Amino acid sequence: MSSLKMPKVDRQILKNKYKIVNDIADFTKRDNILSENEELKPYETDGLAAYKQTPMMVVLPENTSEVSKILSYCNKNKIKVVPRGAGTGLAGSALPLADCVLLGLGKFNQIKEIDYDNRCVVAQPGVTNLSITHAVQDKGFYYAPDPSSQMACSIGGNVAENSGGVHSLKYGTTTNNILGVEVVLMDGTITRIGGKVFDSPGYDLLGLITGSEGLLCVITEVTVKILKKPDTVKAILLGFPTIEDAGNSVMEIISNGIIPAGMEIMDKVLLEATNNFSKAGYPLEAEAMLITELDGTKSEVDELIKKVAEICKKNKCTSVKISKSDEERAKFWSGRKAAFPACGEMAPDYYCVDGTIPRSKLAKVLREITKLSKKYKLPVANAFHAGDGNLHPIIMFDANDKISLEKTEKFGEDILKLCVKHGGVLSGEHGIGIEKRELMCEMFNNDDIQQQINIKNSLDPSSLLNPGKVYPILRKCAEEGRLHIHGRDKSKFSDIPRF
Amino acid sequence: MEEINQNSQTSLDFNTEKFEPKDEIEIKQIIKFCYKKNLPIEIVGNKTKLDIGKKMQCAKTLDMSKFSGIVDYKPEELYIKVKAGTPINFVREELKKNNQHLAFEPVNFSKIFKKNQNEGTVGGTLSCNFSGSRRFKVGSARDHILGFKGFNGKGEKIKSGGTVVKNVTGYDLSKLITGSFGTLLVISELTLKVLPLESETKTIIVSGLALEHAIGIMGSAIASSNDPSGAVYYPGNLRNNFVFNDLTHPGSITAIRVEGTKISTEQRINNLTKELVLEDKKLTILDRMQSEIFWEDTRSLKALSNTDKNILRAVVPPSETVNLLNRLKTFHPNYFLDWGGSLIWLELDYLSSQKIDQIRQRILDANGYLTVIKSPENVKSSSEIFTIDPIKFKISQNIKKSFDPKRIFNPGKMYTGI
Ligand SMILES: Cc1cc2nc3c(=O)[nH]c(=O)nc-3n(C[C@H](O)[C@H](O)[C@@H](O)COP(=O)(O)OP(=O)(O)OC[C@H]3O[C@@H](n4cnc5c(N)ncnc54)[C@H](O)[C@@H]3O)c2cc1C
Ligand SMILES: Cc1cc2nc3c(=O)[nH]c(=O)nc-3n(C[C@H](O)[C@H](O)[C@H](O)COP(=O)(O)OP(=O)(O)OC[C@H]3O[C@@H](n4cnc5c(N)ncnc54)[C@H](O)[C@@H]3O)c2cc1C
Repeated sequence: MSSLKMPKVDRQILKNKYKIVNDIADFTKRDNILSENEELKPYETDGLAAYKQTPMMVVLPENTSEVSKILSYCNKNKIKVVPRGAGTGLAGSALPLADCVLLGLGKFNQIKEIDYDNRCVVAQPGVTNLSITHAVQDKGFYYAPDPSSQMACSIGGNVAENSGGVHSLKYGTTTNNILGVEVVLMDGTITRIGGKVFDSPGYDLLGLITGSEGLLCVITEVTVKILKKPDTVKAILLGFPTIEDAGNSVMEIISNGIIPAGMEIMDKVLLEATNNFSKAGYPLEAEAMLITELDGTKSEVDELIKKVAEICKKNKCTSVKISKSDEERAKFWSGRKAAFPACGEMAPDYYCVDGTIPRSKLAKVLREITKLSKKYKLPVANAFHAGDGNLHPIIMFDANDKISLEKTEKFGEDILKLCVKHGGVLSGEHGIGIEKRELMCEMFNNDDIQQQINIKNSLDPSSLLNPGKVYPILRKCAEEGRLHIHGRDKSKFSDIPRF
Repeated sequence: MEEINQNSQTSLDFNTEKFEPKDEIEIKQIIKFCYKKNLPIEIVGNKTKLDIGKKMQCAKTLDMSKFSGIVDYKPEELYIKVKAGTPINFVREELKKNNQHLAFEPVNFSKIFKKNQNEGTVGGTLSCNFSGSRRFKVGSARDHILGFKGFNGKGEKIKSGGTVVKNVTGYDLSKLITGSFGTLLVISELTLKVLPLESETKTIIVSGLALEHAIGIMGSAIASSNDPSGAVYYPGNLRNNFVFNDLTHPGSITAIRVEGTKISTEQRINNLTKELVLEDKKLTILDRMQSEIFWEDTRSLKALSNTDKNILRAVVPPSETVNLLNRLKTFHPNYFLDWGGSLIWLELDYLSSQKIDQIRQRILDANGYLTVIKSPENVKSSSEIFTIDPIKFKISQNIKKSFDPKRIFNPGKMYTGI
């Protein structure tokens, strides 16, 4: 564990641990409370695996009323609570605290209702993203946001992180695809926000909670919108002599009024690495490759694919390959999906940066990243959700080498600062958590941050729900912030494709 | 950070009842002054929606309409950044030059309130979050605001969001301030997502359907892969509001809009006709020009605009609409449906607080909500305009306090006590 500052541990609470276990056993089955070290081990980290902290205890409630009683008890007794879904978060937002109750929502794993009339699904928060689509796909429906962790991550975690995916360009992120939630506030208050209707009146609490990284409330139910699967989906692979040409094509496609379902750029390093890894048939002579996916009616897709190809040819594209079947389309994507394992072959560790920039700055920022790569003498491979400017540079390093690790942190930090400098933001989809907490001052000043903290305080006055995350601790924004990444545990979630 | 000193050089006359700030420094000074003196301020854009919400007694008015202009428009980045007082019509015209638009089709209330053609300011529109027929496809106003700058109740400048769509960097305050009716923040600048105008628009109209059948058809259309961008129903008694060369059938109107490229629009119209088994129905296809007029009329509530009647807006899950309308029959409303049946615009001759409460209860029973848009003055002062339960009232009160601790912005506008 590095020098990461977390909220002060309350020794008194730790001393009372077994009393607290007994008290909480009044609210939920004793079996749902884990308090011994070996039981706690699986919960000591999330997707930001180098940061480990054993929680005081883990509680796995079974229904909303139990959550309410537990929170109310913790609130009265000033016990910190950290909510946790599937623990795939990449920013350390679900990292336990030494004196916390880690509130796992794994037992909330039921789909409660499928309502085709109102085109929505009501799910408990522990249901995985993908199983919502699985539940409705026989009728041709699906849930649009598709983080690449979708087979593992929970819908509650998706709401807390406002997760996105490859198709967010056309279909939006979580916030655009949910209708309602049931939540429990830190004082135990249970309330429903939204429902099966759009734009519930009053302050947009649904919008506020989405992306709030478990700091404002515990989500105990989610109502999501479902959509009908498009008729036809096709992908097109385009090779370019320079990354600028690929970036310019993205800009021009969008300026022409075409909003593809997804647009991903990979640079040469990644192109070669992934092609070796998954034999996706990528244009190896190219310096950059663009995968564009279009969906809709057959005639529309055919027409737009042609237009996309024309625009790209005008922008010096050197190769065009259109998928002829769903199998071939899957093959096109297989390389992109193998980006992380492929980088894993090239270096002992890798770190994936997540930031967003305006589309027009893609080429410029990329050139600067290349310069930084030379400066830090660390290889970098670039993948991004180009359509919405969401960068994912992958820095390759060796976590066992202290200098390599430090350089990687500096490198990642410089990239994020570049994003902000060019009018972008610190996180496109992974959140702030502990990882980027100290960098918030790059984007916000003290008043901005204080306003956000005031909102937190208005719902959780004693700051007991997931404290120490997102907002810098004891820091005035004038001070220099830093990034917390550290060595990735490659074994963690290694079977999940990453984007 | 600059410290505003009330005694410092300023052209502001703090004794005036109505402030018309020209820049952010003035906005800040005005709020700091009112904060210090505990003076409530009514925030207005073009005052088009003054009749919305409760009447307030404020010592000062902050008129944002002079704080106007486009700050930055990047068509290729799909965003426009404007000062809050910029007229929404002006923004629409600018976007049109680049074949773009605000896809959420803000509702135009100017007709029902019999004002001029002025649709109000961007700040006012976003503060209301009323979105048009494309709602189920593209989202509402709140889904199109990427970032903002503004001043909280202490006069501190606050920003959130940015110019990009993908952003998980702190709480999404852009959503929170959308629809907050000026009770949290004085918005000074807004960045909105813009989208390309579709090259072709067509509308299928099925005439003469009964309500239940129409809702079924709209639901199937929205749930199909044909991706319609509007589905409204006008009962037979409102038929005469629509005069189109191609619309010759009498009876109710069930209209489904399709937008996209020419080829695709054509294909989807054909698909819909087949999938919804409309071949033997009284069908009309409106071409682009007629279609645009039809949806503009819908956006400005034309069918309900030629009277002095009261207007309510109800939103329920579409599966509840028929049942609810049956339960509202005793009130003899005129109505039409938008959002595939989920949004019900109601027009009533006579309205009392008691009636509002009865209607509200029926809507709540249907898992929906009610907004009172137009009602007599005496009713407004004695009845809640928006639906809220006690728990959310308390949460809202706390959130209000976190932005505006002395409750100087639009006190009581949304709810008594907030
Ligand atoms: C219940 C209800 C009643 C309505 N009544 C009318 C009506 O009588 N007449 C009519 O034409 N339209 C009415 N509308 C529609 C609505 O006001 C308009 O659609 C809106 O677009 C008008 O813009 P504006 O600039 O005129 O805003 P305004 O009418 O001036 O203000 C609308 C709301 O936005 C707030 N606001 C405006 N600018 C800012 C800013 N810069 N920062 C923070 N808050 C701001 C105001 O305080 C107010 O709460 C009503 C809507 C509702 C929900
Ligand atoms: C291999 C891999 C690929 C990934 N790809 C993507 C991607 O493509 N796009 C993307 O956006 N993300 C991606 N992620 C990140 C991660 O999967 C998402 O952030 C996901 O939404 C986290 O869900 P979770 O259930 O694992 O939440 P956790 O990691 O358990 O928690 C995340 C945060 O949510 C809070 N939380 C969880 N459940 C609740 C609840 N019920 N109530 C209140 N707060 C709660 C926690 O306190 C924490 O702050 C990826 C992660 C991995 C490991």
